Amino acid sequence: MNQPTLALEAIGLQKRYGALVVTDDVSLRVERGARLALIGPNGAGKTTLVGLLTGRIRPDAGTIRLHGEDIGGATPEQRVKRGLVRTFQINNLFRGLTILENVFLAASEHLGTSIAMFRPAARHRDVIARAEATLERLGLGDVRHQRISDVSYGRQRLVEIAIALALDPKVLLLDEPAAGIPSDELSRLLETIANLPEELAILLIEHDMHVVRRFAREVTVLVQGRVFLSGSPQEVMASEEVRRVYLGGARTAEGAGA
Amino acid sequence: MTGSPLLDRHRIHWAEVAWWVGAIAVFFLFPRNLSLATAILIMALFALSLDLVMGFAGVVSMGHVVFFGIGAYAAGLISIHWHQEAISGAFMAGIAAALFAAVVGPVLMRMSGLPQIMVTLALNVILFEAGHKAVAITGGDDGLQGIKLDPLLGMFRWTVFGQTSYLYALGWLFVLFLLVRAIVCSPYGIALQGVRENPERMRFVGAPVQRQLIVAYVVSAFIAGIAGAVSAQTVKFVGLESLSVEKSIDALVMLVLGGVGRLYGALVGAPVYMLVHQVASEWNPFHWMFVIGGLLILVVMFARGGILGIIDTLLAAWRRQRRGR
Repeated sequence: MNQPTLALEAIGLQKRYGALVVTDDVSLRVERGARLALIGPNGAGKTTLVGLLTGRIRPDAGTIRLHGEDIGGATPEQRVKRGLVRTFQINNLFRGLTILENVFLAASEHLGTSIAMFRPAARHRDVIARAEATLERLGLGDVRHQRISDVSYGRQRLVEIAIALALDPKVLLLDEPAAGIPSDELSRLLETIANLPEELAILLIEHDMHVVRRFAREVTVLVQGRVFLSGSPQEVMASEEVRRVYLGGARTAEGAGA
Repeated sequence: MTGSPLLDRHRIHWAEVAWWVGAIAVFFLFPRNLSLATAILIMALFALSLDLVMGFAGVVSMGHVVFFGIGAYAAGLISIHWHQEAISGAFMAGIAAALFAAVVGPVLMRMSGLPQIMVTLALNVILFEAGHKAVAITGGDDGLQGIKLDPLLGMFRWTVFGQTSYLYALGWLFVLFLLVRAIVCSPYGIALQGVRENPERMRFVGAPVQRQLIVAYVVSAFIAGIAGAVSAQTVKFVGLESLSVEKSIDALVMLVLGGVGRLYGALVGAPVYMLVHQVASEWNPFHWMFVIGGLLILVVMFARGGILGIIDTLLAAWRRQRRGR
């Protein structure tokens, strides 16, 4: 009965670019309902790891399982269909479209209507309803007709999360959700993350220790492509070694040019 | 009503009706200019096919005329060697163009940006040369002659002044326009516009981007093929210019003039381009391109949305002013 509670599992992931090993034998276990934070200094290989998990990058070795099934050969879109959804560190939205249209795209993919060619989009009430409900949930209902290019950065982050939620994720990868958000918009976003469904497995890639302390129940520290330490937030924060890596690590990482 | 311009696009605007009423009015008002009017409709149809892939899906298909040309030669050959009924002939020609797109599409739709422009252009040049050399099939420089058709629907003869031709072309344009309109307003069409805006993000909402683009490309090729077929059937001749890069560029210019990704851009741009061409070449048969070029520069510099974009801006300003009072 152990198996079903394991949402996402990576075993021995390996990725190298020439002589540079960016992901070195990384294993992760993300349980259902997990709040796992992945931290590490710049150049620790966090972004590469997200790329490996979501299928953007092919690993040289290792296995990735989603709900016990091997998804190593699956494309990013197939992984999304199976419930592995990510948000982007730098807002990566449909800039010329409105907020509602952005979330409509996700809802339509999720409900399988994006192959429907003849009935007008507005008549697909279920898709519209799903998109609008997601926006209401995140407090974006009133601004749904604003174009992304006219919307504040913090609000764009919320749209990133709205798109993810419209896809009904089982595992959600939040790639530095708080990065670059002005402080007056931050509380709204943190509240949104805190209110995400309990059973959802969340892997949070984060730089901001304040955010990590607030949400994470487990922390994995990545240093130079390797898992350096895993444990509860208290353990990790208390670790002398982590502190040393973080303080001295910035210089090391820059030196390595990664 | 969702309040979103994209999702509510299916609602019919009075100006749309006006365009079609105008097209029918041309039939009665300019009985002596119907061959030019038919040529305009054919180019509008061709530019419409380009708008589907370029304006809505963001695919830069520079050599789109290959599908026009395949449709034209296919319709010509079908008529000369086998089958003289026009509508089914044009349909089969469209299918031929679509099949070709289904073969090259999977490769072309993997590309984007400059490589896509260059490879589509190269494909165009290769097919042009092939058409030039394959004299036994295409007639080479002399073109395909001897296209004969049965009376349309068994009733209407193909008259000298081109009444039948005009209405035939208008009929195809109307039917295929409805098809493109339905596609663009559908969830699939919205997804295409998502691909245009950000293909990478579309993959991460789970969209099979490649497949979506190939479908759009094949549908667009079908429409371009029918445009070529209607051209062959109404002119009763297919020349090498129906495979020429210039014609691809003509369609592109028409689309930019009218407005890219606006559905009616092709239908507005084609008549403007061809009428300006007509008037300017009467004024100066050698340098008429200056006028078109000047017009294009003005549009690109001051009105990125084309003529329809200008109209939109003016209407919005007018509404604001009225509300201000």
